[in-house]
Amino acid sequence: MSDETSISRPPSRGQLVGDVLFRRVSQVSAALVLVLVAFIVLRISLAAAPAMRQHGLGFLTERIWDPNKARYAILPEIWGTLYTSVLALILGTAFGVAAAIFLSEGFLAQATYRVLRALGIELRPWWSKLPDRLEAALKNLVNLLAAIPSVVYGLWGLFVLIPLIRPICNWLHLKLGWLPIFETDLSGPGVLPAVIVLSIMILPTVTAISCDALASVPPRLRMAAYGLGATRWETILGVIVPTASRGIFGGVVLAFGRALGETMALAMLVGNANQISVSLFSPANTLAALLANSFPEAGPKQIGVLMYAALVLLGITLVVNVIGSILLQRASAAAGAR
Amino acid sequence: MTTPPSGQTGNGSTNGAAALLGQDVVIDCNIRELFYGTFKAVRDTAIPVKRNNITAFIGPSGCGKSTVLRCLNRMNDLVRGFRFEGHVLFRGKDIYARSIDPVAVRRYIGMVFQQPNPFATSILNNVAFGLRLNRYKGSIAERVEQALRRAALWDEVKDKLGNSGLSLSGGQQQRLCIARAIATEPEVLLMDEPCSALDPIATRKIEELMLELKARYTIAIVTHNLQQAMRVADQTGFLYVDTTEGGRTGYLVEFGASKELFEAPREAHTKSYISGQFS
Repeated sequence: MSDETSISRPPSRGQLVGDVLFRRVSQVSAALVLVLVAFIVLRISLAAAPAMRQHGLGFLTERIWDPNKARYAILPEIWGTLYTSVLALILGTAFGVAAAIFLSEGFLAQATYRVLRALGIELRPWWSKLPDRLEAALKNLVNLLAAIPSVVYGLWGLFVLIPLIRPICNWLHLKLGWLPIFETDLSGPGVLPAVIVLSIMILPTVTAISCDALASVPPRLRMAAYGLGATRWETILGVIVPTASRGIFGGVVLAFGRALGETMALAMLVGNANQISVSLFSPANTLAALLANSFPEAGPKQIGVLMYAALVLLGITLVVNVIGSILLQRASAAAGAR
Repeated sequence: MTTPPSGQTGNGSTNGAAALLGQDVVIDCNIRELFYGTFKAVRDTAIPVKRNNITAFIGPSGCGKSTVLRCLNRMNDLVRGFRFEGHVLFRGKDIYARSIDPVAVRRYIGMVFQQPNPFATSILNNVAFGLRLNRYKGSIAERVEQALRRAALWDEVKDKLGNSGLSLSGGQQQRLCIARAIATEPEVLLMDEPCSALDPIATRKIEELMLELKARYTIAIVTHNLQQAMRVADQTGFLYVDTTEGGRTGYLVEFGASKELFEAPREAHTKSYISGQFS
């Protein structure tokens, strides 16, 4: 430091203060999030406490919801929530993972490139970037599905989807009505429209996380498979998807959390019927839809009951999300170890 | 041994070049020009790969030696914009002919890469991967053991075949990849700088292994380690970079028996390269 020509010097007072300030601000922000979550859980629990004392665990296992007799139980809603979410998850995962494979394995870019080569313009500067740009654009388009408001999905379901699928559903009921899943007809809102819309809503989550998981598979594994004489499908299904499977699974669990909590679209589409049925065409109800539909007319006593239901929903969603986060962390740790 | 990709007699009678070079040339590679997009990567490179020999490609970084190697089993087809003029005859048949499926080529010409790249699955499944691709009907376990023995890895892993291939050390992983490549008994084994990610002891083991394997397989290897080429290779090709046209185009300067190439190089470029005057 005695050297006159050296530019190096210790950090100034301002730099040190800025450093400390930055650390404090981020610590407080992080703490605020935790405090907020704790506060929400606490307030809901307090509001739910009287109802919990009055109805106990029978609230979770009985079927009757009758405000006139002050009898409340939410088993049909728990069933409806899980049933619609699981079905939507199966549908959404199938299409979401397929879309992720299409987007991250270069199918579109390759097809575009072929067209450009056939036209003889694949080497022109502007056109040569087109395949990758198209692929990026399509990825963003899938993510845009997440930006559509829930109520718009609900309206679309009511006015487009239900009229569209109704003839098919009723035909299925007529021909295959002996199957439990087709044992009622679709008279309007019901499980199937809710499931279809819900699966579209969770598709971006599944696709985005699956894309990342697939993209994080080291390219040398792809080369290894091709080098052994694997076809493209053998490479994708035999090596790439299994290697990315943990990441994909984490995405699926996060999507499940989203499906469980989805409110507006389901309140519009699920039919709000307090019953347990495996039929895809019968109306049902979910916890979130129950809350959304019941709060506007709820008296002070009923609010406690609804808070109890909200706490149950919160519990289910929280557990699912925590599991998803843990799986994601493990997957990225495993990827880091490679 | 395996048969060539289609019902071809493999006697090279239909092709003058292969016939001239003799029966013991398994791959007759002649690259006139090779492009990635507008980039001309390699030109004028003709290398005959002889049966049960080790053929090494050496040269400075970016001279296209890996590119040439990847031409031999059509791995370059996976690169967008790849264009190739010339021919690569495998047992007298052009693997770049329209009727040939690149996937089929790769089943007869195996490959080992620079970075060990075992799949994230068990040791057994790694070695069995190629067998299952080829719908092998016999005993998988038997073939896996045989391949692991030939790759000099059996004694180290025989008690933990169910463990992940990723749990092995770098050198073991590379031998696992060799076992995986030879499990299906390919005729030719291409090795792209197989030791560059390994320590000297692991490197030594792989080199010993190559010398053993050449009794059964034909090996072509890219290496930037001149001593390695001297130690293991029967023939060596020296590639260099031509920057005169403004690009970086690799071409073959000299090809011959390793002993001659290293002790009495004909070309000035070869001489200065092997004496360490540039890298």
